[in-house]
Amino acid sequence: MPHSVTPESTPTDDSSRTVSQVDTVKPDPETQDVAMEDALTPPETDKPKVKLEDIFDDEDSDEEFPSSAPIATSQDAFSQPPPIQITSQSSFSDSNVMRAFYQRLFPFRPLFQWLNHSATPSNDFAHREFAFTLPNDAYLRYQAFPTADLLRKRCIEMLPSRFEIGPVYSANPQDRKSLKNTLKKANAFRPLMKELVFDIDMTDYDDIRTCCTGASICLKCWSFITMAIKTIDIALREDFGFRHILWVYSGRRGAHAWVCDKRARQMDDQKRRSVASYLELLKGGDQSGKKVNARRPLHPHLERSLAILKEHFQTSILAEQDPWVTEEKAAHLLNLIPDPTLRSALQKKWDSAPSRPSANKWSDIDALAKSGALSKTPKELLEAKQDIILEYTYPRLDAEVSKKLNHLLKSPFVVHPGTGRVCVPIDTRNVEEFDPLGVPTVTQLLQEIDDWRGEEGEKKMQDWEKTSLKPYVDYFRRFVAALVEEEKPTLKREREKGVDAMEF
Amino acid sequence: MIRHDYSRVDPKRRANLDYKKRQFAKAEFQQQNYNHRLNFYVLPPTAEITLDEFETWAIDRLKVLSELEACTFRNRSPEETTEYMRGILDKYLPLRSDSSRSQKLQEERRKDHYSHFILRLAFSSTEDLRRRFSRLETMLFTLRFKDDDLRERADFVKSLELEWEEVREEEKRELKEDLLAASGMVGKKSEEQEWFKVDWERVPELVGQRRILLKRGKAYVPQREQMSLVVAEFTKKLDDALELTARALSELDEDHRLSPILTHLSQSFTTPDAPYSTSDANINGLSTITHQQIDTLSQSFPLCMRNLHDTLRTTSHLKHYGRLQYTLFLKGIGLPLDECIIFWRRSFKLLTDEKFNKEYKYNIRHAYGDVGGDANRRGRGYTPYSCQKLLTEPLPGPGQTHGCPYRTFAPDNLVSVLQRVGVNDREVLKTVREDVGKQRYHVACNRVFEWSHKREIRKVKEDGSWGTSDLDTIVHPNTWFKRSWLLKHLGEGNVGVVDGGAVGQGEKVVE
Ligand SMILES: [Zn+2]
Repeated sequence: MPHSVTPESTPTDDSSRTVSQVDTVKPDPETQDVAMEDALTPPETDKPKVKLEDIFDDEDSDEEFPSSAPIATSQDAFSQPPPIQITSQSSFSDSNVMRAFYQRLFPFRPLFQWLNHSATPSNDFAHREFAFTLPNDAYLRYQAFPTADLLRKRCIEMLPSRFEIGPVYSANPQDRKSLKNTLKKANAFRPLMKELVFDIDMTDYDDIRTCCTGASICLKCWSFITMAIKTIDIALREDFGFRHILWVYSGRRGAHAWVCDKRARQMDDQKRRSVASYLELLKGGDQSGKKVNARRPLHPHLERSLAILKEHFQTSILAEQDPWVTEEKAAHLLNLIPDPTLRSALQKKWDSAPSRPSANKWSDIDALAKSGALSKTPKELLEAKQDIILEYTYPRLDAEVSKKLNHLLKSPFVVHPGTGRVCVPIDTRNVEEFDPLGVPTVTQLLQEIDDWRGEEGEKKMQDWEKTSLKPYVDYFRRFVAALVEEEKPTLKREREKGVDAMEF
Repeated sequence: MIRHDYSRVDPKRRANLDYKKRQFAKAEFQQQNYNHRLNFYVLPPTAEITLDEFETWAIDRLKVLSELEACTFRNRSPEETTEYMRGILDKYLPLRSDSSRSQKLQEERRKDHYSHFILRLAFSSTEDLRRRFSRLETMLFTLRFKDDDLRERADFVKSLELEWEEVREEEKRELKEDLLAASGMVGKKSEEQEWFKVDWERVPELVGQRRILLKRGKAYVPQREQMSLVVAEFTKKLDDALELTARALSELDEDHRLSPILTHLSQSFTTPDAPYSTSDANINGLSTITHQQIDTLSQSFPLCMRNLHDTLRTTSHLKHYGRLQYTLFLKGIGLPLDECIIFWRRSFKLLTDEKFNKEYKYNIRHAYGDVGGDANRRGRGYTPYSCQKLLTEPLPGPGQTHGCPYRTFAPDNLVSVLQRVGVNDREVLKTVREDVGKQRYHVACNRVFEWSHKREIRKVKEDGSWGTSDLDTIVHPNTWFKRSWLLKHLGEGNVGVVDGGAVGQGEKVVE
């Protein structure tokens, strides 16, 4: 039989399967450049949105390295013609504004040192993936730059509305195509290291937040983020022993953490998953009823978290959010109380005064319990109340972001395209004082440069030093300096041991 | 007993194995003695083994790992996995404890040791293979660790000399409450417990479950969580070793003599390769098949063959590779050559006798080994294709229908074909979609099998007439047919006759 292959039966390759599968269009690499050119002119908003990442790569390779980029949304601002002059009235997304931002304000040098872990360019930086979101919402993955200046140059050229930072790869991300065709392809291009990252976003609090909805925030609901930062930060330091943790305002209604210790950067996915799951407590979606069912005795991490969060519960939750003021919401509280006798006593009481403030309803629980309406033990009630406090205060992490070594996360100091605010670091020593609404916007900062009337000293001042961005950049520089300092001796030690620390 | 019914490396490449043998033979006098049942596989094998052993051991271990992987793909619980794997392990890789006083202890441990190292070589070439190998070997180790004799296990752990820092009395007293709270031990005294202090990265699972105390990057692990520590250590050592092996291998030439067998093995990992054994054609209760029966029997065909059959019936034709695939399958289920020729002659309604005899008949005879060179005739023609073969050959072109439909069909088309043959459970179809999306074609196919035979499977399980290894993952279309036919004809005098009579001695290899 094999000797008689008839002409009809020539084996064919993938390009002509019997039943076609959905294939993505794969244009030439040239298309890439065309798209980049396009980015410099204001694009139309109604263009069909094709994510470039879908086009660029081979069918399966990108799935291994998924992006954390949110689905691109259209920005109406982009459809306006660019104004000629920058004023504080200018929209922050004008290309002139973004160009000035990257030229004069963005701290490329500290960012470089932060990712490079030393002043001399190394592969820690050069093999790091950057992903640009262009003004037309095209998404460009696997960008890499040997130096801070080249990153800066590219930003000024392409004016990304934001960019994200991914892992350090075993080779230059821009060479990944050619590497795939080499012999040991699966090995040649793989993610090696990345900071351990966390993402806390207000959306996850929407079921218990009463002061604002959707994208808006105020100081009251910001305290959810403050509580989360305090709880997570101390666990990362005391339990895991991490020391270089950078918290960054996400520009609208959340915060990111970058754990930069070498030990954290080297973690594989399994370890990242364990950290995330160690810190996760709430289980179940909106419809799942009781979300906290902590084992007793409480794990020391939870015991400590509870001690921190208890204080916030009285003010931030009971007084400010007043989460059970409506009958409907109070019903949820009742559901969380395990004692049927107490539950019906409370129900009766609240039926007669349905809009009693939450603080009163909360103290009703103990009051009625003491007056005899308790069929279970006081210990059980106490534990249920602890669970309730945790449900309303314990950090709600977007854990998926933390679990993967190759997840990308928005860079510090980029501009949030929706608010114009700069994603500035949050100083954890004064985390309670951080005011997201006081964070400068890009247009405000440019105006500050123009308004600056101070004296230039002998040393030429950087533009950011003339603005309210200065304290944030200063904080970041100190953070980076401490990290670089710590990596120095390690490097030396490893060299002495004969290990090439710069191997990747 | 030496198993002869397994698929092998291409005979031409077999000679090259001598090189491998020399590697292993470096210190042939050093026959290792295995003091423990469990093995961390730190020392490579040193003694010589036979060619047969080299191949069969590797393939047997591969079978075990593939079954383990199938368990995870199908979300079996740890208990279900243990139960399911018991039969598989007994059959392919038994490993008894000292207390069994078996004569075969050393033999079994040697096979376990060597097969691990052979596969380690085969699976170190890519990151993906390394990860899978490490994960599955860890699962296997855990499975064995759990059911090990307690005293022997303690001896084994002691022999590892793992560097665990013991928590001193003073620190125990100081952290007393935290230690107990973290590990969920209520009403116990921390002083009575032994605690180890290790870098938390060594016990990621315990950390993730918040079952231990963490302090400044150190995890405080109670004695009873020892398994996690040992398993983590096992994984770490294996991962490191795999990296080293990979580096060593990448320095070898591409056309190095080892490559063919290693490539063959690692390909088998995608879908375990299955041999075709004549026992598949030897089904009790099914007398010699005739061409008239094929339409009826096709109800018990796997989708790959059913699809060919239905195409043949609707178009009265099949293209070359489809004919080859189907002819070999029919040969495999026991259709005699003369019946097969009649089958094709009648199926190709549009052909003249002359054209059929000239262009098609010879091919059928060739597939049966009736004509062709000496080797072909001696080997009784070609072997029916295994799932692995179907999954690795080139995809069909326009008008062609061969291959595995789970792989070649777009998911929507696959689902409608499945519905046409009666698979209408929405949940099953949804999971099949997910399976094929993840390229787990054989898992999807087995899922469909289990669904379409669920009543019969439950029955043979309940009455104990079939063991777990009789219901292991199907990796050969002919196995599908045989198992399906037997299950659908339960109680017709063939119950429990799964092996098709004596396997082993009388077994002939069709190669
Ligand atoms: Zn608010």
